[in-house]
Amino acid sequence: MTIQITPTSALCGSILLIAATSCVSVKEYQKSRINDAEMELSARKSEKFEQNFYLYREGAAGANGGKSGGGCGCN
Amino acid sequence: MKKICLSVGLLLSLMKVGYAQTEQKPAYETRKLKVEEINLVSSYYQQDGNNSAVTGGVGSEKLTDLAQSFDLVLKGIDRKNRQHTLNFDFNIDHYTSASSDQIDPLTVSSASRSDTHIYPSISWSIHNDANRTTKGISLAYSTEYDYKSYGINLSFAKASADNNREVSLKAGAFFDTWKVILPAELRPDGYGSGAHGDTDPVDYKPRNSYNASLSVSQVINKRLQVLFVVEPAFQQGLLSTPFHRIYFKDGSETVERLPGSRLKLPVGFRLHYFAGDRVIVRAFYRYYIDDWGMQAHTINLEAPIKLTSFVSVSPFYRFSHQTAVKYFAAYGQHSLTERYYTSDYDISGFNSQFMGTGIRMAPPGGVLGIGHLQSVELRYGHYIRSAGTGMIANSITFLAKIK
Repeated sequence: MTIQITPTSALCGSILLIAATSCVSVKEYQKSRINDAEMELSARKSEKFEQNFYLYREGAAGANGGKSGGGCGCN
Repeated sequence: MKKICLSVGLLLSLMKVGYAQTEQKPAYETRKLKVEEINLVSSYYQQDGNNSAVTGGVGSEKLTDLAQSFDLVLKGIDRKNRQHTLNFDFNIDHYTSASSDQIDPLTVSSASRSDTHIYPSISWSIHNDANRTTKGISLAYSTEYDYKSYGINLSFAKASADNNREVSLKAGAFFDTWKVILPAELRPDGYGSGAHGDTDPVDYKPRNSYNASLSVSQVINKRLQVLFVVEPAFQQGLLSTPFHRIYFKDGSETVERLPGSRLKLPVGFRLHYFAGDRVIVRAFYRYYIDDWGMQAHTINLEAPIKLTSFVSVSPFYRFSHQTAVKYFAAYGQHSLTERYYTSDYDISGFNSQFMGTGIRMAPPGGVLGIGHLQSVELRYGHYIRSAGTGMIANSITFLAKIK
């Protein structure tokens, strides 16, 4: 069996490796920046309808916190 | 006698202490559900292009959509010190579509020239601080003129002891029913148009979707956090759109035909970094693959810049590249020997770009001095898609957060 390493998988792997090996334990009182509203690890509420039109106008969908099923969007 | 008095006094004082102990307030207090926040989102979207699937891959794609969302979040704490969150989300959008008007071009106004799409949902989650878990359930409903959907989602998340890592699992199912409206010239004898007042019957077909999601988020340091998510999805039922026309090489015509199932595998990675004191970098990448032959790469970059402590601007740029599904061909390019065929440019191969900016204001005393109006946000974006002869779209969104 041969394993192909594409540039994308290499990039993702590198990021995950760096992330996994450089974690430090951050205390609650040190999270003023992490807890900033703009740092929330999800799509913004104002992106809600943008994510709907990506779903309708593009074939690829999911894994972005947006709508993943239900409804047609066939207009 | 003295001894008896002392003993009784001591006993009484001990009882008092014991009683006082039972009267002590617990370390937490129950709190009834109360409004935590309300988000009002209004959006206007318009697009134009010349590759409509309704007319076989040629013709106007002009569309406007006006959408409104009302999102109410209630929170409370129960006797076991668990936090309950109840979320009501009501969405409505009204669209007008030039291409949908071509389903039945002989009528003055066809069934789908314009439509109103209503999709409410209700979610309930319980967060337990003691074991750092969150369990949730949500129910969703969606209705359009020719489409109905019922959905259910379950979720479970567990955080690490230091709250720097969270693993989350989700599973969902959507059960949809589609009214099969065919192009006017392709209806068999006695088959209805689907319009109000037409007593001729039309078919109804199911389309079901099943999703699962596994995500892991991690705080890397005081400024950086990341999220990795994999979200497989499986669809089955009527996955083609029955009013999409196909024109073959010999000039004959039929309706779009696609396989009855589709397996999708998107993998996402999100990285948010607080640089310095004023700039935040929000980066998102997604790789997507499905069993119809499509692969896609999407990258989204956004950089909120805090101009003051309560005003920020957020320029953003999104690039997406996708390959066509193996059943796609342009107008008049399909051959009669093919088993499946579509001329829908939404699932063709193209690059798309979406760019724009947002501005957010969250003054300490409330926007315009209105205490409960915590923040407002205005966001504009311009979308360019290279498919066919090209398509452009514009989107403007206004968000008001009330707390």
